[in-house]
Amino acid sequence: MMPAMTVEPILRAKGVNKSFGALKVLFDVDFHVMPGEAVGVVGPNGAGKTTLFGALAGSFPVSSGAIQLGGRDLSGTSAAERCRLGLARTHQVPKPFLGMTVFENVHVAARAGAGMDQTRATAEAADILRRTGLMPLANRPAAALGLLDRKRLEVARALATQPNVILLDEIGGGLTEAELVALVDLIRSLQADGLTVVWIEHILHALLRVVTRLVCMAEGRVLAQGDPRDVMAHPEVQRAYLGSSPE
Amino acid sequence: MTSAQKPALTLTDLVGRHGQLQAIKGLSLTVEPNEVLAVIGANGAGKTTLMRMIAGLHPVAEGGILLHGAPVTTMPAHERVKAGIALSPEGRRLFGDMTVAENLMIAAENGRKGDWTLSTVCDAFPQLTPLLGRLAGGLSGGQRQAVAIGRALISNPSVILLDEVSLGLSPAAVEGLYESLAGLKGQVTLIVVEQDLTRAMGFASRLICIAEGVLELDGTPATLSRQQITDAYFGIHKAEEPSHA
Repeated sequence: MMPAMTVEPILRAKGVNKSFGALKVLFDVDFHVMPGEAVGVVGPNGAGKTTLFGALAGSFPVSSGAIQLGGRDLSGTSAAERCRLGLARTHQVPKPFLGMTVFENVHVAARAGAGMDQTRATAEAADILRRTGLMPLANRPAAALGLLDRKRLEVARALATQPNVILLDEIGGGLTEAELVALVDLIRSLQADGLTVVWIEHILHALLRVVTRLVCMAEGRVLAQGDPRDVMAHPEVQRAYLGSSPE
Repeated sequence: MTSAQKPALTLTDLVGRHGQLQAIKGLSLTVEPNEVLAVIGANGAGKTTLMRMIAGLHPVAEGGILLHGAPVTTMPAHERVKAGIALSPEGRRLFGDMTVAENLMIAAENGRKGDWTLSTVCDAFPQLTPLLGRLAGGLSGGQRQAVAIGRALISNPSVILLDEVSLGLSPAAVEGLYESLAGLKGQVTLIVVEQDLTRAMGFASRLICIAEGVLELDGTPATLSRQQITDAYFGIHKAEEPSHA
């Protein structure tokens, strides 16, 4: 008999707590993502979603609990080190280097984020610009980009760091329907190429075109996780969004 | 037709932007005089932007706003107050180092003249009377919200916009505020942004749901099911539709 293959989560948060001074923002968050999986994170404003991303990405130390990437404990590792280990994130408000071209922005990420030499970073940046549809804009200053292309650039810069896992923070907001479809297609193509995706998003119909599992947070806690439709139908989740239940 | 018979508010193909981001995407809506309209929608749906556009605090990129049939689309906010639109904003935005009475009187002096005065506002919101001499900055969230609503009311508006009435307040404070607000029904057009669906359905005569800057649902609490509302709110059904790019 063949021994059963056990696949370990690529990313895991175990009992994570986070306080900022007297304000406690995360309460015993347990959460995992399997290799190649696409997981959505939802919840009302103030739920702690972006704080969870900050904790995963190493933007600040957690108060207690552990974060593991590929089975390795990330305690004490900086955001830059986590990036080199294969964990990339995007931010809600894209902040490219506005005075640099699109190509230069991606190139810098390949050099600094993945530690590539000049030649390799150039080839890698060109490849990523093709994958993200930004090649025609390669020589434009980032400041001249529209919103969709700024979001593409945010993803491209993350990709240039050669991640195994990408954390996308509310990347769909403010786009037109057609732009949203283009963004969803991009994220799906990345997942099809083997990238593990964790995506915070308020626009559920966009999220559900990509993810197969949903984690809902409210007030710093995980309320429910699992099949997206089951999660959204969960009474606690409905209460978190829409207030008290009808009597 | 007199102005009183015209819709209190007519929004036509409104577009509102924050930089490159389109927050309100061609929204049209007619609100009748003395209607009580609840506005619900998820975070980022555009509710606050819409309230601010009606109040004149956020520019209208496209489309138009009529108040009792008269265009106010490009009118500055302080003139809209004199025309009869008052906003109780999200976060209350009181003058913290002024007393409650001073906060109210500033609005009274810059609004319209009418039945609402310091005394009638305190009759409608009795919780304000003992606070009149207190600095607004030292009040609880519920007290601040009562001041913000009173400040809107004392300008004698025909349309009151109440953004996030119950956000961050205790259940008792919310209950007290809604009891007072119920007394305004029939005297003024009330547009209330409310996250608590049960509360919204119990209070309003009409409910709309906004999602991604678009009007997704419009009906009365009696005709809308909770399922219809949650479907419009979350928009999950759209994930099953083919991409409409």
